[in-house]
Amino acid sequence: MPRIFFSEPSGARRQTNASVGITLMETALEHGVQGIVAQCGGACACATCHIYVAPAWFDKLPAREEMEEGMLECAWEPRDNSRLSCQINVTADMDGLEVTVPQRQGDS
Amino acid sequence: MISTVIVIGGGQAGAQAVDTLRREGFAGRLVLICEEPELPYQRPPLSKKYLAGELAADRLLFRHQSFYEGHRIELKLDTRVARLHLGSRQVELVDGEKIGYDRLILCLGAGSRRLTCPGADLAGVRYLRGLTDADAMRAALKPGARVVVIGGGYIGLETAATCRKLGCDVTVLEMADRVMNRVVSPAVSQFFAADHLAHGIHLNCDTLVTRIEGNGAVERVIRADGSYHAADVVVVGVGAVPNTSLASDAGLRCDNGIVVDEYCRTSDPNVFAAGDCTNHPSPRYDRRVRLESVDNAFEQGKAAAMNLLDKATIHDRVPWFWSDQFDSKLLIVGLSQDHDRQVLRGDPATRSFSVCYLKDRELIAVETINHSKDYMAARKLIAERALMDLDKLPDPNVPLKEAV
Repeated sequence: MPRIFFSEPSGARRQTNASVGITLMETALEHGVQGIVAQCGGACACATCHIYVAPAWFDKLPAREEMEEGMLECAWEPRDNSRLSCQINVTADMDGLEVTVPQRQGDS
Repeated sequence: MISTVIVIGGGQAGAQAVDTLRREGFAGRLVLICEEPELPYQRPPLSKKYLAGELAADRLLFRHQSFYEGHRIELKLDTRVARLHLGSRQVELVDGEKIGYDRLILCLGAGSRRLTCPGADLAGVRYLRGLTDADAMRAALKPGARVVVIGGGYIGLETAATCRKLGCDVTVLEMADRVMNRVVSPAVSQFFAADHLAHGIHLNCDTLVTRIEGNGAVERVIRADGSYHAADVVVVGVGAVPNTSLASDAGLRCDNGIVVDEYCRTSDPNVFAAGDCTNHPSPRYDRRVRLESVDNAFEQGKAAAMNLLDKATIHDRVPWFWSDQFDSKLLIVGLSQDHDRQVLRGDPATRSFSVCYLKDRELIAVETINHSKDYMAARKLIAERALMDLDKLPDPNVPLKEAV
């Protein structure tokens, strides 16, 4: 089980033991990570599972597709390392992945 | 002092309400009553990835069992409520048990509108509302099975697309002159109609079904012109009706939904309601609405919980909706009624475009096909009541957020 670390809006850092095959968003919900809303349940329709991926990890993840890019552009405080966590499937090589949950979710 | 809260209904609104109550510090007894035997789960994938077999049932759950245990949420699954006693503040279950409450939240949802024509009760006539429906339907969707879908709305078209992906022979019968006619513009209807045809679906608009025939089980669907379609499975997607009987029987005010105010309060001060079952004011559109929407259920469930705890929260959202059909995503934001102008952005032939609805130049709704950038920009612009520049708006090279 890859260990994935979420930094919550409060500053707390939470370690999760993620299951391979589900998404990063589902991992966060399963472990009660604060600040991930995931309203649409992973349909890439709401931009409420936004995360920032640690720069060292960003290029190791599969790239954003066009729909995800568009969702992020007007999300709350997008950055170069922004992702929607529902669009990232957990794989075994993600052990040690560090992500940060923004202060807010949804529209800018 | 509020010591017991009961939430009836385990859909988006109910799940969000119990979550919010605990998150906001409610420490009393919290009971969640669900009609279905499963833990509360998401319905949108039932016509899409779940029906296609691409998503396991446990991935539909909002929360796992441990969440409810950890938050001391008493789950009463597979449990029907017989009636509400507003005077004595009790919920009576069908087995006769009565549970007292201080506050009640009704998240009763909406049910499938039933077909009433002769033969509508034959075996093989299916609706898609819950997990059980989806599982039963899935078992019948063998490659080559002849599926006739009655109704070309969201559910009908999503299900048709999934059935086609599974190798079924699919026919869609729509009464109106175009698909999804109540919810999207002609340009969007045309796009999806063409897409369904291109995938080999037999799409028939202006088609009225008069009866279904079969010897015990469905064999054919008969049209008003006398012709028929042979069928192994009939899927009915002809809209939804709010589940209000529990509320109206108890004397709560109902009118196309349980009538609530912007604080989610019903006509009884101890009873709140949220989700598809409510008729509520929309401050943004300055009229009452009843919505079948994940976002509305989610946010109204949350607002009901906040208001129950005396943390005044006005439910004021710009509604949004989505649909996945084959490889296209329709994202809609806002309500288009009362528009005085429609503006097309982009060329539908590129498979990525938007339709903007204006009223006195104010942006009130946008439909986007495979165009999440316009969709996200529109969410913000509609909430801000932005006035659009009519010269820039039709130009897809000008970002929507700059066409003001």
